[in-house]
This record gives sequence, C-alpha cells and structure tokens, in this order.
Amino acid sequence: MKINHPLLGPRNASEFTILGDAKLLQRPNTPERDQARVFYEYLYHRDNPIGQHQELWFHEQGDRSWLIVSRDTLTHEINNVELASNVIKKGQTQ
Amino acid sequence: MTQKNRIDGGLIDRNIPLNFTFDGKKYSGFHGDTLASALLANGINLVGRSFKYHRPRGIFTSNSSEPNALVELTNEDTKEPNTRATTIQLFNGLTAQSQNCWPSLKYDIQSINDCFAPLLTAGFYYKTFMWPKSFWERVYEPLIRRAAGLGELAPSTDPDHYDRGYRHCDLLIIGGGAAGLMAGLVAGREGLNTILVEEDFIYGGRLLGEDEEIDGLQCHDWVANTVKELEAMPHVRLMPKTAVFGVFDQKTYFAIERLSDQINSVGPRQMIWEINTKHIILASGATERHIAFGNNDRPGIMLASAMRDYTNRFAVRTATRVAVFTSNDSGWLTARDLNQKGIDVAAIIDIRKKEEHQEIAKKNTRIPVYSEDQIIKVHGHNRVKAISLLNGAKINVDSIAVSGGWNPSIHLTCQHRQRPIWNEVISGFIANEAELPSGMKVAGAAKGIYATNLVLQDAMNQANAVLSELGHAPTKMMIPLANDDTYRGKTFWSVRETKQRAWVDFQNDVTTKDIRLAVQEGFYSVEHVKRYTTLGMATDQGKTSSVIGIGIIAETMNKSVEETGTTIFRAPYIPVAIGALSGPHSGKHFRPTRETPSHPFAVEQKAQFVESGAWLRSQYFPHANELHWQESVNREVLATRNNVGITDVSTLGKIDVQGTDAAAFLDKVYCNTITTLNINRCRYGIMLREDGIVMDDGTVAHLAKNHFIVTTTTANAVQVYRHMEFCRQCLWPEMDVALISITEQWAQYAIAGPKSRHLLEKIIDKDHDISNSNFPYMACDEISICNGIRARLFRLSFSGEMAYELAVPARYSDALIRHIHEIGKTFDLTPYGTEALGVMRIEKGHAAGNELNGQTTAGDLGLGKMVSKKKDSIGSILSEREGLVDPMRHILVGVMPCNPKQKISSGSHIFASKSACTPCNDLGYITSMAYSPMSKSYIGLAMIKNGTNHIGGKLRAVNLLQNQDIDIEVTSPHFYDPKGERLRG
Repeated sequence: MKINHPLLGPRNASEFTILGDAKLLQRPNTPERDQARVFYEYLYHRDNPIGQHQELWFHEQGDRSWLIVSRDTLTHEINNVELASNVIKKGQTQ
Repeated sequence: MTQKNRIDGGLIDRNIPLNFTFDGKKYSGFHGDTLASALLANGINLVGRSFKYHRPRGIFTSNSSEPNALVELTNEDTKEPNTRATTIQLFNGLTAQSQNCWPSLKYDIQSINDCFAPLLTAGFYYKTFMWPKSFWERVYEPLIRRAAGLGELAPSTDPDHYDRGYRHCDLLIIGGGAAGLMAGLVAGREGLNTILVEEDFIYGGRLLGEDEEIDGLQCHDWVANTVKELEAMPHVRLMPKTAVFGVFDQKTYFAIERLSDQINSVGPRQMIWEINTKHIILASGATERHIAFGNNDRPGIMLASAMRDYTNRFAVRTATRVAVFTSNDSGWLTARDLNQKGIDVAAIIDIRKKEEHQEIAKKNTRIPVYSEDQIIKVHGHNRVKAISLLNGAKINVDSIAVSGGWNPSIHLTCQHRQRPIWNEVISGFIANEAELPSGMKVAGAAKGIYATNLVLQDAMNQANAVLSELGHAPTKMMIPLANDDTYRGKTFWSVRETKQRAWVDFQNDVTTKDIRLAVQEGFYSVEHVKRYTTLGMATDQGKTSSVIGIGIIAETMNKSVEETGTTIFRAPYIPVAIGALSGPHSGKHFRPTRETPSHPFAVEQKAQFVESGAWLRSQYFPHANELHWQESVNREVLATRNNVGITDVSTLGKIDVQGTDAAAFLDKVYCNTITTLNINRCRYGIMLREDGIVMDDGTVAHLAKNHFIVTTTTANAVQVYRHMEFCRQCLWPEMDVALISITEQWAQYAIAGPKSRHLLEKIIDKDHDISNSNFPYMACDEISICNGIRARLFRLSFSGEMAYELAVPARYSDALIRHIHEIGKTFDLTPYGTEALGVMRIEKGHAAGNELNGQTTAGDLGLGKMVSKKKDSIGSILSEREGLVDPMRHILVGVMPCNPKQKISSGSHIFASKSACTPCNDLGYITSMAYSPMSKSYIGLAMIKNGTNHIGGKLRAVNLLQNQDIDIEVTSPHFYDPKGERLRG
C-alpha cells in the first residue's frame, strides 16, 4: 500500500505506523475534573465503519508528520491525505 | 547416458548435454529440458507417491498445475521438498529424490493404506478420532502428525539467500503466451514502459507445444522473432521464470523470480518483486483438466496438452501405444501430433456423439475412434497396461492422454473476493468483467478465447484499450494470420459407471466417491465440501481438480454449476517459500543492530553484551579470575558504591524540546509539573497514557530558556517520541514547540560513586565549578571539557550514589571514554554494565521496565503524589477512575527472603502463610530480583495487593514451576540509603 504524503509524494506504507481513528484528534478540552465520562467516550468509543474512514498515520521512517488518511476500509482505496496539524488549524479558523 | 525416449525436433539444445541424478541414479538430458521432460526422455515416469494412499504416481502435466511430480531437490545435507519436476529447469548436476515413500519408490510400505481405502473416506479423521477425548493428545495427534505432510523439511539451515526488489511500469502483462506476446508487441511498439512476466523459462506458453502456424511461420518461430523484437526495446522488460502470485491494493503485484533452481546457488536463488503499475493485462492462459474414471491416477496417464508439450517442445516420446480419452477437440490434436511422430495411437475415445466431433474427425483418418464411449477402468499398477471401455472393449496401451476441457487461469482476478462466472460454451469459469481488480484487463485464453487468431485479436484490443486510456492512438499493426480452430467440447466430469475409485484431486487423494459421500452427508456448500474432503487444498491448490470437484457436486445434487458456485482464490498463486518472502531479512539482517559509539571500547574491555531492543549494551565486564557472572557484578556494584564506576547510558532516549511553549507543552505530556522547573535544574518526570496507566519515566532537564532535554527509557524511546509528536501535531498544534530525537547524536555516560566528582574535576574545563554548593543534586548545565569540547552535565543518580551523567556529541564518545579511563586509573575507576546498574536500582527501589509494565499507575509505584491535580495533562483525568485508585490494587514494595541465602525468583507469586496456592489467594508477584552485595541477601521488588499494609509482615514467594516456596519479609522498596543522603553528598 502506498500513502500519498502531502509533502513527499507517494511513499510505501511500511514507512508509516498507524494509530487508528482520527477521532483521537478531538481530545476534550476541559479544565473541570469531573469529565471522566467525556474522556472515556473519547478514548474507548470509536467507530469501525465499512467504507470511508479517517485514520491517523505517522511517517515514522520519514519526516515524522502525523497524517490524516481517508481510506476505504473495504477497498483500501485512499482518496485523501492531509497533515493532521493543517486539518486542526483549518478547523479552528472555520 | 541413453535417452531412450528422445525423438527428433523440439526446442532443446542438443549441443548442451546436462547430467543429473534421480533417486541415486545418473541420467542425462539437454539444455531446454525440465526435470520432468528429462526423466520422461530417460523412460522414468513413476516419480512419487500420493499423500493419503501412497499410490504410485507419474508425471501428469507440463507446468505448474502439476499435482503428482513433487520431488526433493538435494545438495549435500540440504534439500528443498515439494518442488514440481515440471517447472524445474534442468541444470548440470541437479540431484533430486522422490518423496513420500519408504523404503523405495517402487515398494512403499505405507501403500498398505490403499487397502484400507474403504475406511479412509471423506471426513475419516473427524469421524474416527472422536473418542476417548484423552486419546487426542497422547495417541491420535502424534500418529497423525507422523503420517501427515508431503516431503520433509531440510535438516539444516537454508544455505541460499533471497532478495527483494521493486519495479514500476505503465503496463504489466502477466503471461508470455500468444496473448501476452501480442499485447507486449503492441504496447512496446507504442513506447509504453512495459513489463512482461512469464512463469516458464522461455516465452510462448501453449504455442511451444502446438504444431500450427502464425503468419506463415511455425508458431514457436513466431514466438522467437517476437521475443527478439521485444528484447531490443529498452522500455520493455522481459521477466521470464517469474510468476505473479499476489494482487494487492493500489495496483501492486507481487511476483517471484526463480533465478536459479540450484541449491546453494551463486547470488540470490529467488527474488520477490513488488511491481507497481498503472495497467494490467492478464494473459495467464488456461490449464487443461482431466476426467475422473476408474484408476485414472495410474502412471502413464497424462493431460492431452501435456503430452503434446512433451512431444513437440521437448522431443520426448511419452508412450509406445496410447489411447486418447477426451470430451473436446484437444484430445484429437494430441492424437494427430503423436501419430505424426510415429507413436502408435490405439484409440480416440470421445464422450461426444459422432456428429458432435465430426469437424475435427475430418482431419484424422487412420486412428480408430470410439464415439459416445468412455474409459471405465485402467489396468496396471505402476504403469498403465490396458483400458476397458464402457462398450466392453479392452485395449492394450501403456499411456492415456486425457482431456476434460480447459480452465481459464483466473486466479489473479479473484483474489479480492470476486466471484467467477460459469460459461457453458467453453465449460469453464471466467472472470466477472465488472468486478476485475482496478486497472486489470483479461486477454486470450484466460477469458476463454481459444482459437489462436481470436486470442491475438483480443490481445491487440486489450492493448489498444490501455493505449487509449494513456492517451495514445491505437496501433496500426495488422493481426497476424493464425489458426482459427475454436473450442469445441462438451461438459463432462466423471465416468459414473466405473466401479473402481476415480480420482478428482490426485495430490490429496480425493475421489468422486468422497465428494458424493460428502454431499450425501449434507455438505451442500462448495466451501464445506472442499474442507471436508480436502479437495483442492494441496500445494497445487486444485489447479487441475477444483472445477471437476464442483462439477461432481453439481451432478450429485442435480444442480447446475452456476447454482453450485465456486470457491475463490487467495494469494499465493503458486507456492512461495517463506525464505523468499523474508528475503534478506534473516539472521543478523532481520533488524539492524544498534551499537553505542563506545562499543569498540567495551569490546576491548571484554564486556559481555545483552540485547536491549535493537541495542547491544554491556551487561558486565568479567575479570580473568572471576568464575561466575555474579562475582563480576558484585565487584562492579561494590566498586561503584565505595569508589567510582562508569557506565554507558547512551541508549536512553533523548529528546530535545525547544520553543516559547516548551515548558507548557511538557506540562501537558508529563503528569507532574514542569513549568516550575528552574533553568539549570532537572526533574524526574512521569508520562501517563491517556487511560491513566504509566507510559514511561525519565528526566527533564531545563538547559536554557525555552530549551529542555528529556530522557526516556531505552525500551520506550521510539513510542515516547511518536507520542510526543502526536501531542504536538495533533492535539496542540498551536503551541510553539519543536521536538527532535537526539538519542544517536549525543553519547552519555553515568559516572557514579563517592569519588565521581573528583574524577570529573580532572576532565571538565577549569571555569566550571561543580562543587556541591554550586552544582547540587539535580543540577544541569552546558559545559566544556578537555579544553573546549562541548558537553552537557546532569547531576542525576539512578544508582543512589553521588553521580553525574556526562553527555558529549557522539563523535567525541570514543575519545572521551578512553580519556576518562586513563585519568580514572588513579581513582581505580570501574566500568559497570546493565546487571550492576539493575542491582543498584533495585537496592534503591527505582521502578524500571519490569514495573512499568503497562498495568501500573503512578500510585501503584508509590508516585501517586506526582500526578498534578492543578493542570490538565495526558491521562490525569482517567487516572482517577475508581478502579485505578482502589486501595486493593497491587502496590510496589520490597521483599527479602527470611533466610538471606535463599534465592527468590522473578515471577514468583505471593501468598499468605498457610494459604493454598490458588488464584483467589494470590496476593501479587515479584517483578525484579537481584543479589544485593550491600544487604548481603537476595532482594526483590514486588507488586502486592494493598502492599503498603503488608510492610513488616511475612508472606511466601511461591514458584510452582521451580518448586519453590520461600518465606519472605515485606519491606519498603528502598533497601539502601532510604533517606538519599549519599546522592546529595
């Protein structure tokens, strides 16, 4: 499998490690201490869909970018790859 | 030396004779032979025994679909089992051995199984070895294992090496027969970057075994001309002896190239290629299948097309008198070609009516034809002697050419769960064109087109389609003139009237009776019948047998083949050795070995090394007079505690953290507070996982404004860095902070012991004051040593002594360690390894990898107060979950045997005195142990339920595996200098 790195072009998947659902980006931003349930949901409840899935991949044997890879879990087709930090920054400006 | 069955003609080079040995006897063949053709040329047909019944078996095919002719290639004391004689290119000195027989191929003892055949039917194992249950492990399993398996593993390590490579192209053509060559010619002339892969060692496919013309040339001459033209094209790469065995995502194809069949070959023996392409033309052709009739597995019976291959391509006489049994025109071609070579063709037995085969019959005049007839029985044991027909005739022959039709080779179209479609016209399964793997087109016989002129036309059409998708104009080439004989045949699976067993799968010994029995017993799905009978599950993956099996299931259930359905395929298409898949990554090459920069010096000091992840670390430094490693370790500990010792800690992960938000960032990733850490000071830090469990520990050094160095354990360096990058890029990208691993850029030594300061003062440059008041415990600074060399000094102590960690850029590491040892002579400096390091950290009660085991919280380790409640950090919230703050959790304590001479062992479980050793009484376990020269006793660290409350009490350490039951005293984990006076001294 190859991942089309937004800065480096197509790279072999063996250069990357996968973390899983990109939902992990949405860490609850909470100063209160009674948020155990919110964190529990964040950490343990993740979707495992058939079809389109957004995943976190780390270019460990490369430029050490964390990427958001949109992959079809059925066909393994990858239709979008972005730097995780860009996705978050975009989200903040919206 | 005589090749008694060699005839004229063929595509072999008689100027290059080759010698080989089979079952200890010497034979000869020619360049261009396979092992199978050379054996046949020498009159050898019996080559193996079958899996279950040990029936004698002969060569059945001429390609990789071979179910019978599996042999061992041997070379001195190594061998490769289960190689197919039909695909091995003959080389000088080849040595092969028949397998699955003892004492010899002709007289095999286990062939007695054949007499018990009525017992050994489908599901035999499931039905027989059911009871009593206790017999499974002791009786049945060893028995079955001894009898099971084809071939034998080599007794020694594979002497060969294997490699892996990557290739890229616009068009990958799989198969170098008529269709593949034609597609290659079109693509090549238009300049496409093309790879043409062929499993055989020469190109041509079926054209090599047929007697027909293309463009007025003998077809193999057309092949030779075409290959010559392709070879001259720089953008076309021909890869013979290469089989594509797997279709992967994103148009990635895996192929195996057999560079040499020779064992212990010069250079890599086989190579795995990862081929990345834009378009694929699958021109894999078709393989012939047989018909199931009584004793149809006897040596001398061969596929009709294989017999043509041996006659036309290899110039081998496979028969003296042959009968042809066919459901289609293929058998007639064999009769014609053998007849032309002067071989006596005794009969053509065609299952079809006379009018159904009249077209092809016109070309055969002299051979007796039996229409609407079938072979009901074969006579003979180690070789066919005669056949009996349905109509009662008995004919003496020594060979039978059989054809039950053709199976398009659609394996590679179905590896992603696509279902093939039954086509009644050609009596075969073809790929569903709507579901092909992305970018793939199928051409020629692989999609059931058999007339050569139509194959060439189709290949050109497919290549033109690829051209147009790549923006090229279609080719202006003309289609070569060729044979237009199309497939004519009738679907036919088995001779039902036969009383003898009729084989479907030769390699796994599955007969028509087994399949009918399975259906009778209620196995209606093809997938179930396959697993129950093991049909098509042998190393040939049912290339000749699967479809016949499906046909017989359909017949038995009175269903059509479509309704019955098919099994689907998985990679690999042909067997691929694990050695080839691992490629060069074996032994020391499995992963890189990491050595610290002072490794050569440690070698000179005669260090024993231990693997720590990929790192090699000095374990201890034995002296000549020391008989046991424990002596060396005790000496190293005492020398460090009483004097001064040095150890290499370069393997610890080191991460440089910089930026205006560096401290705030570290506050997020460490559970304790970092923002309050002053410049030139260090702090012990704990990282939690988001679920509240300890991830790693280390030190944080505040070197300068907005500049920190953090360390990780050796084992977790990679994961911690990955995690910190995740926090930086994915959670808090707005923070101004940058991270870089400097583990390999900086070498680091721990210098520990009461004299460590005196020693260091001799090395560091004069303007740095490291007196206790100016550079106390937990101080750090950037300094210079040895007249201006940049260094970093940290006053950290893992040993519990006054200690320093001195870091220098890696390139100075070797010089520094030699210099320190030179200066250290006057201080009696002792190098120590990981064992002494471990003893001293256990004496101090420091948690390490054994305690940071992915189950412990900061509280469990006695560090609960470090988790700051004044800030948000990774894991802080979930670390307060009920289950993680339960007082009954396992807590870190120390343990000592009541008798100091008794050795406790790690992994022992803890029980109260007199309680039974059952899981419900289990109080915990020992994580680390060592002999402490300071306590003059074995000591250990343990995780014990509600451990703090047990301190001062007595319990037992039980190790049932070692029959140990030792009384222990529970103590504080801090065995040595619990107040920490020595490290501050």
